[in-house]
Amino acid sequence: MTTIRHILTLFKKEVLLEFRQQYSFYGVLLYVASTIFVLYLAMGQPENTVWNGLFWMMQLFICVNAVAKSFLQESRGRQLYFYSLCHPVHFMLAKMIFNAVLMLLMSMVSLVLFLLFLGSPLSHALIFIGVSCFGAMSISLVFSFLAAIAARAQQNAALMAILGFPLIIPELMLLMRMSGIAFSDVFQSGLISIILLLFCFDIMVVLLSIILFPFLWKD
Amino acid sequence: MLRRNWWKILSFLLLLYTFTAGFLGNVPAKPILNETIRNLYFHVAMWFGMMIFFIVSLLYSLKYLRHNNPVHDIRAVEFARTGIVFGSLGLLTGSIWARWAWGAFWSNDPKQIGAAVALLIYLAYFVLRNSLTDRDKSARISAVYNVFAFAMLFPTIWIIPRMVESLHPGGMGNPALDTNDIDSRMRVIFWFGAIPGWTLLGLWITNLRTRIQLLSLNQESNV
Repeated sequence: MTTIRHILTLFKKEVLLEFRQQYSFYGVLLYVASTIFVLYLAMGQPENTVWNGLFWMMQLFICVNAVAKSFLQESRGRQLYFYSLCHPVHFMLAKMIFNAVLMLLMSMVSLVLFLLFLGSPLSHALIFIGVSCFGAMSISLVFSFLAAIAARAQQNAALMAILGFPLIIPELMLLMRMSGIAFSDVFQSGLISIILLLFCFDIMVVLLSIILFPFLWKD
Repeated sequence: MLRRNWWKILSFLLLLYTFTAGFLGNVPAKPILNETIRNLYFHVAMWFGMMIFFIVSLLYSLKYLRHNNPVHDIRAVEFARTGIVFGSLGLLTGSIWARWAWGAFWSNDPKQIGAAVALLIYLAYFVLRNSLTDRDKSARISAVYNVFAFAMLFPTIWIIPRMVESLHPGGMGNPALDTNDIDSRMRVIFWFGAIPGWTLLGLWITNLRTRIQLLSLNQESNV
């Protein structure tokens, strides 16, 4: 019970921080909007596969930007303060939940902008929304952990991209396959097995973060 | 055991056997594959070697996280390094084979992509290591990444390529290691010659590099 309360308190702290320092939130939003606008100027209304590919690449870059700051923003002093206050596992879980929620929000915003600017080739919109919610959370979980690693490595944001891109390729490949289903009129099988696989993947990432984060934490 | 010489001689003899029997021995005549089936002794053995070295590297990283002994860290790094060399050779031998069997060096086959991603993941491990100057910190953080990377490697090369269509032998009814496709002569050369021979060679390389690193570690602590 106390575990959940601790995580909730830490989560609230994250939300509060976000409200107090809104510039970073709006910064990412502006980044999303301007990138999609540039895409619109560059290619108008692209084909389905291009649309799908661009959407997931967009999610990837949003995630790197949105999640990176969750650890990179904190100064050494503040990290030391948290270290003395709470359990590393609670801290990590709160960060992950917060990043997942943030990423969910961002991906929905970008989906709306995509539909607005780049046309709406979706024939199963609900499936696509479901897949993108699920995908956004999965990506954010992986990047939360990588942000924790990158934060230890001299606050190096570029490092996160270097570490993250190879690691995320398999997941993105699965997500693109999965969301590709939403474009065709014929419903294809194989969705369930991909969902299950991604779900196991997410659980593995969370477990590994819980196990490994305490090692990153102590310095 | 690693200081002894017998396993180095054994590695040499096994590889001599692999090359001689591998190039001169008879192989079953399969359509499309023809003589390229001999690549089994080189290409497949590379992946076995890579997987073994990555697993050993993972074990040393876990050991490092438990005991904080810099020797374990050095061993983990050197095994990962040899693993990357073997993986690159596996990719190279694979694409040369694919040139003749599939018609192109690279055809975006899921197995090729998976292998390339696996190498990228481990190359990132070295970027991470080198970006940290503090030896202790670099060792711990890269050990953490190594564990994470290995866990991500598993779906990349073992699960996802199996879920999608691939031209690669071993899936979708294509020939691979099972009884219908390679005969007992090939199996003997593969399991008793190529796999232990190449793995021992990799171990030898790793052992030499580890010893160099350990010497420089000692030198550092003596200064």
